[in-house]
Amino acid sequence: MDSWLLDSSQYELIWEGALVTLQILAYSFLLGLALSLVVGVARLSSRQWVRGVAFAYVEVARGISSIVLLFVIAIAVPILFEIEQQSLILLASIALGINMGGYGAEIVRGSIQAVPKGQTEATIALNLSPTQRLRHVILPQAMRLILPPMGNLTIEILKGTALVSLIGVTDIMQATRLINQQRLFTQSAADLTVLYVNVLLIYFLLSQIIAVLFRLAERRVESRYRGGDAEVPAAPSAPIPGVTK
Amino acid sequence: MTATEPTTSDEVQYRPHRAWYRRTDVVVPLILVALGYTMLIVAVEEKSFFRTRLTAKGSENFDWMYFWHLVPLMWQGLQVLAKATVLGFTIAAVLGLLLALGRRSGNRFVRWPFVAFIEFIRSTPLLVQLFFAQAYVRASDSLSWSPITILVVVLGIHYATYCSEAYRAGINSVPPGQWEAATALNLGSTTKWLRVILPQAIPNVLPSLGNFLVAAFKDAPLGFIVGVPELLFFANTVRGSDFRPTEPYILAGVGFLLVSIPAAWAVRRLERKIAYERT
Repeated sequence: MDSWLLDSSQYELIWEGALVTLQILAYSFLLGLALSLVVGVARLSSRQWVRGVAFAYVEVARGISSIVLLFVIAIAVPILFEIEQQSLILLASIALGINMGGYGAEIVRGSIQAVPKGQTEATIALNLSPTQRLRHVILPQAMRLILPPMGNLTIEILKGTALVSLIGVTDIMQATRLINQQRLFTQSAADLTVLYVNVLLIYFLLSQIIAVLFRLAERRVESRYRGGDAEVPAAPSAPIPGVTK
Repeated sequence: MTATEPTTSDEVQYRPHRAWYRRTDVVVPLILVALGYTMLIVAVEEKSFFRTRLTAKGSENFDWMYFWHLVPLMWQGLQVLAKATVLGFTIAAVLGLLLALGRRSGNRFVRWPFVAFIEFIRSTPLLVQLFFAQAYVRASDSLSWSPITILVVVLGIHYATYCSEAYRAGINSVPPGQWEAATALNLGSTTKWLRVILPQAIPNVLPSLGNFLVAAFKDAPLGFIVGVPELLFFANTVRGSDFRPTEPYILAGVGFLLVSIPAAWAVRRLERKIAYERT
């Protein structure tokens, strides 16, 4: 164990793996975000069956381990329904997205419930349709509360992407195992620890990048919530009758 | 302590204060949990063979007879999984408190390594950590750990960092007046922590610790990569020997939900009970 670095060809392999990891992360993030918004809103629906379906989905998605879900969706389901296993990356992203959707739905639900009730009542008084209500009033305010836990959740999903190597997708982890197989014949087991330390550091770096991105997004949402000086219409010069300061 | 004034009807009914070890609603679950714990640790052994005695009909995609036949084997894997989770989480709960205390240290040369350690472990995948631990154990001459020990230790350290965040939140939620009162009474730091701060912090932390226990249970199947004969190991073995992937994997998923959903439900009940007792 003389050096803590790998040589460049090995980093190239890992880099290729990292691109696959990021691809899976992006797909599953998009799917998970869509699912968590839809299901999170559905959990507050006034129709009972909609609420029931959403509740069942959340319980299953949160109750099952992401690794077991991954195996079920990538291996068991295609055989059961005789679908061609076309793209393992896509199937893996679906499994991770479903998992993320379960947790995200609870975040979205909690944040929507935390928006003051007066806001909803005001939109009803203003005769906005339910869609407008959600799109223009409730969600923008809930977004402030959604973002911080969503950032943590995204890091969890990044950690989850390491699992896809187990079903044979060549992500960072699979690239590492390839390197591992190449070196086992020539070098000692001590080098393996160096290899894994490198991989751990790469994952740490990626998750710190995600954390920074989310912090930037948070700051943006926060400044919008506080009100920028450009978007707010000028205050009426004459005091509105009936409104006391 | 006696009630001197009669309580009015809308006030909370007076409950005589008893030490926790004399309260049946505390002691009975504690004894049950302790019993289950010892049974799990003493009685469960890791058998690494999962042999089926029935062949599925090759023509069908899903064979119910074969599915039911696999249930005992699944149960065997599930027990090992539960054992690893419980042992690992014991480490996590204790180590997590130490990490949380270390993170609160006044000395920055003590605090920063703790912060770095917690952040690093928290944001790297358990899978890679397991591989790393396995490689480390193989490389070293003095350590010779069995697969389940590796899983327990890695799971314990991984979740200790999560638990430390929960403990930190719990400690921060103790009102500042309590700290000031402890200082005013000239309590030593041991007494302050053991008799004032922690007894108030821990109940707040219990629900999130419960959530992490469920989460640890969901991460424990990863142990199969270091060769722990648990649920996913069972599914992989059966898939390898019988060439039938559908039934074992679906059964693994079902077995999983059978444990984790009631566990999550129990945690939610605990959460509600604690919230109720504190108001």
